[in-house]
Order: sequence, then structure tokens, then C-alpha cells
Amino acid sequence: MKFGVVVFPGSNCDYDTFHALQNVMGQETVFLWHKDHDLQQVDCVVLPGGFSYGDYLRSGAIARFSPIMQEVKKFAEDGGLVLGICNGFQILLESGLLPGAMLRNKNLKFLCQYVNIRIENDRTAFTGAGRKGQVLRIPIAHFDGNYYAPPELLEELERNNQILFRYCDEKGNLTGEANVNGSLHHIAGIVNRKGNVMGMMPHPERASEKILGSEDGKIIFQSIINYLEKKKGKKSPGRTVSRPISPLPPLIGTF
Amino acid sequence: MKVRILVTLKESVLDPQGQTVRNALHTLGYHQVRDVRQGKVFEIELEGSSREEAEKIVPEIADRVLANPIIEKFTWEILEA
Repeated sequence: MKFGVVVFPGSNCDYDTFHALQNVMGQETVFLWHKDHDLQQVDCVVLPGGFSYGDYLRSGAIARFSPIMQEVKKFAEDGGLVLGICNGFQILLESGLLPGAMLRNKNLKFLCQYVNIRIENDRTAFTGAGRKGQVLRIPIAHFDGNYYAPPELLEELERNNQILFRYCDEKGNLTGEANVNGSLHHIAGIVNRKGNVMGMMPHPERASEKILGSEDGKIIFQSIINYLEKKKGKKSPGRTVSRPISPLPPLIGTF
Repeated sequence: MKVRILVTLKESVLDPQGQTVRNALHTLGYHQVRDVRQGKVFEIELEGSSREEAEKIVPEIADRVLANPIIEKFTWEILEA
């Protein structure tokens, strides 16, 4: 399958995501420049973490106006798979591709730590390789990850099983302590109504290799690959071993 | 024309930054401070705009860009005609 990682000025997880997809998951991966209008026929667009446009105004608020996002919106409307990680999630919220908004973390701290998240719905393109109730250990790194939605919207998300991940303890319990950033209903990741756009605050690309402390993040990428293979009716030529590691392409373009 | 737009969190939305400022003021002895809400101020200069134009364009700018209507609200005023 072919993945596209969008690069905004201020993205800083673009190379990690590229590495995880190409070298760990064995998928064809390309960078998509924020000024471009060409999605290069990718099967899945990934908006990586970072601080797009310096997070000026609000996290993700400026990135939504970039040329590439106009294409990502069309791609999503046509049913294409879009995954937003951390800042990518914030951009999806700001652009209206996902409902809700992010507030500053409840303790006003930038949180950079491993968290446990529980899979709430395993019947989506993003969680199919996991099982409901499974606890994943994946790191977070954000200032604005305190998910907010008005009560009627929260109810709708619950009713439609759009909440994919909740912050929990290592056993899967929804304790107040485990909800590190104060998100309503412990929300760590949601999917849109159609099921093709997902945003999550934890970083699966940082938890895709044993040497980095956790491989749980691979479940998200593997789910996407499985879904796309099934949809296309063929096996991906990709490999799931992490060797050999090919060099990452340099970024070309001016911000 | 110069306008000022004030963006603040909606009353229904928790404002941890405002709360922290309130707590700091309490620590300093200002116990009469009941609540603090933090926001953002934008001063925008519009080229050759009439009042009618400003009334059309400013709320649009605030709604589309400056504020996130899910969590924030705004007020605005004309500083210089």
C-alpha cells in the first residue's frame, strides 16, 4: 500500500512516521509537501505530529488553510483513509474533518510520557488488527490534548462508537489518574462517522519497534494495511520485517 | 479602520489557565477575585472600510479563523473609524 506523510513547516514527527511506515511496516511511503496539490495517488494520508506553523493562533489552526489540506479534505470526502497523529489530530479538528476541539492539558504541563490506551472499537479501518478492550502502551507528547466536545456531541460519539481509544491504567481501568490531560470521557482518539478519518493524540510511530520500548503502535498501521488490502483485494508487496533500512529521502522545497 | 476583537473561552468550557491565574492572585492575597477567564486580543487594521463593511467582515474573520466556535466566543469593537 502507498502512504503519504504530509510535511508542514514545524512538523517534527514526519521522518519518524515515514521510517515506521517504510522500514518497519514495509510500505511504499512518500512525503507530501504542504504547498502541493498532488496527493500522488496514495492509499492513506498521514498528518504527523509536531508544531505546524508554530502552533500560532491555536494548535493546528493555520495548517488547515494550506494547499495540501484542500486536497486532503477532498480525499477524505471521497472515502480516502486519513490518520492524524497528535498535531495531525489537532489539524483534523480545526479543519472540521473530525468533531470537537482541544484545550490546554488540565495541569497546564507539556506531557511527554508513555500512556496506556484502551481500544474501544475494533471494527474500524484503524483498529481492526487489535481487539476491543486491548490496552496499548504508546507515548504522548503534547500541550493541547485535553479533548473537548459539547455534551450532545459527546453523546453522539458514544452512540456511534466513534471513540476508538481512551486513556486508562495498565489494566484497562478508566481511572482519573490515567486521564493525564483531562480529556472528556478519557478520549485519546476518535474516528469520523464514515469511519475513514481518525485522529489520536498518542504517537504510534514512536512505539513501533521493540528497541524503542513498545511495538503496540504497529497495531494501528497494520490495521490500515489489512483494511486497504482487503478493500483492494490483494496482498501488499510490502514486508513486515524492519531490515534492510533504506535511507529516508531528503526534503526538497522551501517553507 | 482599526478594530479590536476579543476571543475568550465559552462559559461552559473549563479554563485551566484562567484558574491558575486566579489561584496565583489568591496566593497574593486578592481574595476578592472570584474568577478569571483568559483570552486573546487581536487588533486589525482594515483598509478603507466603512462601518457596514466592517460589520460584515469582522465577525466572519473571527468566526472562520480567530476563534474556534466550538470552544470560544468573541466580541469586537471599532477603535478608530
